[in-house]
Amino acid sequence: MQKDIIEKIKANPDYQKLVKTRTGYAIKMSIAMLVVYFTFILTIAFNPSALAMPLSDGSVTTVGIPIGIAIIVFAFVLTALYTRRANTEFDDLANKIKKSVGEN
Amino acid sequence: MNRAFLFLILGSLAVFASGTIDGEIVKQELNVSAIVMFIVFVSATLGITYWAAKRTKSAKDFYTAGGGITGFQNGMAIAGDYMSAASFLGISGLVYLKGYDGLIYSIGFLVGWPIILFLIAEPLRNLGKYTFADVASYRLRQTPIRTLAAAGSIATVILYLIAQMVGAGKLIQLLFGLDYEVAVILVGMLMILYVTFGGMLATTWVQIIKAFLLLSGATFMAISVMAHYDFSFNSLFSHAAEMRGIEVMSPGGLVSDPISAISLAIALMFGTAGLPHILMRFFTVGDAKEARKSVLYATGFIGYFYILTFIIGFGAIVMVYTNPEYLDVAKQAVSGGYPILGGKNMAAIHLSHAVGGDFFLGFISAVAFATILAVVSGLTLAGASAISHDLYASVFKKGKADGASEMKVSKMATVALGIIAIFMGIAFEQQNIAFVVGLAFAIAASANFPILMLSMYWRKLTTRGAVIGGSLGLATAVMLVILGPIVWVDILGNAEAIFPYKYPALFSVIVSFASIWFFSVTDNSDEAKAEQEMFDAQYVRAQTGIGAEGASEH
Repeated sequence: MQKDIIEKIKANPDYQKLVKTRTGYAIKMSIAMLVVYFTFILTIAFNPSALAMPLSDGSVTTVGIPIGIAIIVFAFVLTALYTRRANTEFDDLANKIKKSVGEN
Repeated sequence: MNRAFLFLILGSLAVFASGTIDGEIVKQELNVSAIVMFIVFVSATLGITYWAAKRTKSAKDFYTAGGGITGFQNGMAIAGDYMSAASFLGISGLVYLKGYDGLIYSIGFLVGWPIILFLIAEPLRNLGKYTFADVASYRLRQTPIRTLAAAGSIATVILYLIAQMVGAGKLIQLLFGLDYEVAVILVGMLMILYVTFGGMLATTWVQIIKAFLLLSGATFMAISVMAHYDFSFNSLFSHAAEMRGIEVMSPGGLVSDPISAISLAIALMFGTAGLPHILMRFFTVGDAKEARKSVLYATGFIGYFYILTFIIGFGAIVMVYTNPEYLDVAKQAVSGGYPILGGKNMAAIHLSHAVGGDFFLGFISAVAFATILAVVSGLTLAGASAISHDLYASVFKKGKADGASEMKVSKMATVALGIIAIFMGIAFEQQNIAFVVGLAFAIAASANFPILMLSMYWRKLTTRGAVIGGSLGLATAVMLVILGPIVWVDILGNAEAIFPYKYPALFSVIVSFASIWFFSVTDNSDEAKAEQEMFDAQYVRAQTGIGAEGASEH
């Protein structure tokens, strides 16, 4: 890419919006995953009995099991949310930027 | 307690990608239904290789299947790369042995994927062509960066291959009644055939078929187990707790040391994001949109698979544990308890027999073999690409190699890696390879990942910083593994480890990032300034995909 095209893209409000929104969203989503995962691991390290509580009186199933499964589901839901937004909103912006410099 | 935890971390890591079977192996009698099904699989995949070979004409076809794989297909293939035989047998075996703790590891292996999606998949796809070194060297000096990235890739690939080959030899010996050497040579030869003739296209389809078979087989096992208990988890868990005590339902006091916990978490997350054979998969799709879909599907399949292995592990507790059919009588006479034939990692295999008889046992055994073949093929292709694309074409020929000669070199590299893998597989048969996969993850997390990440996001990165920092990260990881408890104490026989933790990632990753930072910000050369100025162009391309490699035309 030539320097003038890069400068043109950088000055494009759509580009600035794309970078800002997507970066912010990606960081927020990453933090959400890390917080959930590290909370889980550190609970196991410091207070494992919290996960060993029975789900209800007389139940053999512990709260740790639905929590563990929920983390797996949570990871998938985060990827689904991000993919949906990126494949629509972010890609639309990227395509607009491409058109503005005569790509595609 | 602490030691037990550390042992388990590494044990499970080794299990995840490798050391499928531990201890002495008793060769089984020939398993006919397994061999028939395996022959069907091999014939089908060789047919695919023949088909793929006719479509693999250019270097781009060879490395990336022409870039025309869909997000769904690639997601399935990525899941296939991740669901190795050892991951299937190892995690279900860990659940069988420890109950809830098996789930903790599954979660650790999964949570890296969303991070890969949010931070890596898209810029990687937009900037790269065939290998992750394309991205790392985008605006930095080719020769040193490519050399370092190739070294990190080849080291990771060879360590992983050793682990896979040893696991393969032992597993096949046990399941099919073949000699260890025969099994290792067979895996090596088939892998060379797939990769040299069919390139990425054949490798991807072998991986997709295997992932489908593995997911189907595991689903059948999980449903069969649940059907026994009227689809009530509480009833399944109650039976398991009756047989093995209520401890199987909660964390086993394993993670008592926060440093190890964090170090493990970092190794799994950053290591996954630095595995060359995984990163390479993102170049097989057409654009960033398909790259994102790949991760979405992969995360879904892998998460689903881990839930299945959890049910399978508990199924093995209730249906295999005290079943005299699977009892290792000789071992019981010595150690008491209820040891199962072949050790804990055979739990899923025995369960397949318990729920589906000889026929289904044959099916699952054939799938396990297919899984190993598919995983080693992906690894070898990634290693061969580092040799031909990074070292030969970029470093040795200074980017002036034509596609045909580059492809020839990568085929030669495939054959060489295949022979190395066979040789290493045989040489390491009796060795303690517990450190091998841990080391591969540590190198991926401490050398490959920081360079890749900072090259994409940090303007001030310079060649000097990346080379010195990446090398220090790599050296620290290797050194700490050698000085750690597994190599220093268990293998070299010293009394006390110099470095107390079995998992070095927390320390080596910090060394790597900190020294990359230091040697970049203190780099005032003109070259460094030029490299920083090129960041804008790179960042625009990473963000928008303008100028990115497209799918091939034919």
